[in-house]
Formats: sequence, C-alpha cells, structure tokens
Amino acid sequence: MSDHPLPDPLIIAGHEFRSRLWVGTGKYKDFEETRQAIEASGADVVTVAVRRVNITDKNSENLLDYIDPKKYTILPNTAGCYTVEDAVRYSRLARAAGVSDLVKLEVIGDERTLFPDTAGLIEAAKILIAEGFIVLPYTNDDPIVAQKLMDIGCPAVMPLAAPIGSGLGIRNPYNLKIIMETVKVPVIVDAGVGTASDAALAMEYGADAVLMNTAIAGAKDPIMMATAMRYAVDAGRLAYKAGRIPRKLYATASSPIEGML
Amino acid sequence: MRIIVNGESQERDNPLTVNSLLESLDLRSEQVAVEVNLKILDRSNFATWNLKEGDKIEILSFIGGGSLQPRH
Repeated sequence: MSDHPLPDPLIIAGHEFRSRLWVGTGKYKDFEETRQAIEASGADVVTVAVRRVNITDKNSENLLDYIDPKKYTILPNTAGCYTVEDAVRYSRLARAAGVSDLVKLEVIGDERTLFPDTAGLIEAAKILIAEGFIVLPYTNDDPIVAQKLMDIGCPAVMPLAAPIGSGLGIRNPYNLKIIMETVKVPVIVDAGVGTASDAALAMEYGADAVLMNTAIAGAKDPIMMATAMRYAVDAGRLAYKAGRIPRKLYATASSPIEGML
Repeated sequence: MRIIVNGESQERDNPLTVNSLLESLDLRSEQVAVEVNLKILDRSNFATWNLKEGDKIEILSFIGGGSLQPRH
C-alpha cells in the first residue's frame, strides 16, 4: 500500500481508500474478465447491483467468488430504481446481502437519460440516513442539490459528468467546479467518462475520485483501458495536488537570457 | 406445501427453514439477502425461520453492475 503513487488517501465516513478510481462491474464478457479489469484498474471500491439469484441454474456462479469482499470495498447500488420506495427497499436488501452500511443511492428519473430524480434522491437519502446507512448519492451536476445532500448527512456526493454509459465526458465543468468548491464532503464524479483524458480532467478539477463502468467494460480491450484509467486518475490527482501554472496569453522564456552571445 | 421462490411456485416439504431452502438451491447464506413476504430477514435467523404455505420468498444477491443501461 505504501508504494501507492498518491500522497493522501481518500477517507469517507471512516473508510480509507488508496485508489481514487472506483469501478463498476457491469457489462463485462464474464466474471473472469471482470476480475482482471478490476485488478488492472487498481480500484479498492467496486460497485455491484442487487438482483434475484438464478434459482433454476444451480451452476451459476456468484460475482463475489471473483471479487473478494476482503480485498475490495463492495459498494451496492440501487440502479434501476425509479421510486423512493424501490430505492429504499433495494438499499435494505443490499445491506442484508452484504456486510456494510454503504450504499450508492440512485433514484432514476427517466429511462432515456437515466438522470437522477433529485427530489426522490433527497427523500430516499433522508430515510436511509435515519436507518444508519452511509449514503453516497448519484446526483446531477447541480450545486444546490449537492449542497442539500451534504446538509442532510451524505458523507460524499457523486455528481455525473454526463449520462450513464454515454461516454460524453464532462459536459458541465463549471458546475462540477462549483460543487467541488462549495461542498465540504468528497466529490466523486460518477458516470459519463469516455476515455482516460476525461478521468484525468475530472481529477485535475479537484474531484476526490472518479467512478466508471462502461468506459472500461465497453472498451475493445477492457483490461488495457482499466490500466489507462488507473494512470489517468493518478496523473490527474497528482497534477491537482502539484498545482498547475496559471494560463497566460504570451510566452515566458524558460531558458535564461543571461550568458547569450 | 406450496411456496413462491423468486416468482416461481414450488412444492416443498414442511417444515422448511430458510437455511434448508438455501442449501437445496446450492446458495451460500453469506452471499444472499432473503425477503419473506416483503420482510427482510436477518441472516442470523435463517437457521430457525420456518417457511409457511403460501410464503413469497425473494432471494437476492450481488451481480455485476455500474449503473443500469438505458432500455432503449
């Protein structure tokens, strides 16, 4: 762990993470590819969905046989939930199926965009926080909603860069920057990343972490892309911490004039 | 007795605990959540909870997921 390139860990509600790349486990060819991609990504946090088990095929394998919950922090999501009731029910099931109170809360507002229903999100978050859940909400790039989620007790907020699975990259950098400046909890940019530069950019803006799934799982070579994302997130974080130079319109010589003939 | 497991009607011997049901399905109790008639059971009750005629049981587990794909 000490050889990790990043100087500081990410701490959320007492959980400490070295990697600032969080990854989803959907859309891979099989569990073995999932396992390899996650390993290549260097992620410590892995998101999963909660669904009915297949009771007709006794040979069906379990994802957790490939992703060791002792090695990774399993972060269940409420993907596919369109109502507060469903999101709360799935969160409770996730807690019963797992070992922690962590939940990535999604209350989806619309099938085509998969944008969050932020009113429902705040309502569901309040219910779950009262039940002791550590709620990490998937939210819009809306600074006011992010602020409200922090105010009700979310220990981090997860604004989207672009629609889930779209690969469009950061659509609204200014809103994300406002969220990072105004919200006093970690900001995890979630959804919409297409390639490594998108992830690096999010980190350079000051995001505390980036969560992605499709950008890796949907790449021609998911394992290679997982490696690319690992470097991108590390590079972006280091650049942010190092502090970039200001932009200027004109040149400034970097070689001294003194000593010239 | 007849019970409904994940939407499928099944004929089962009575008595049947949640643990025996899971065992018969080759499922590991530490990898699943069980809901009986919309009530989520605590894992520590699996061994003693007796299922009854007509119970609706949902068995869920973690699967691969980032976020759901749009349906169209």
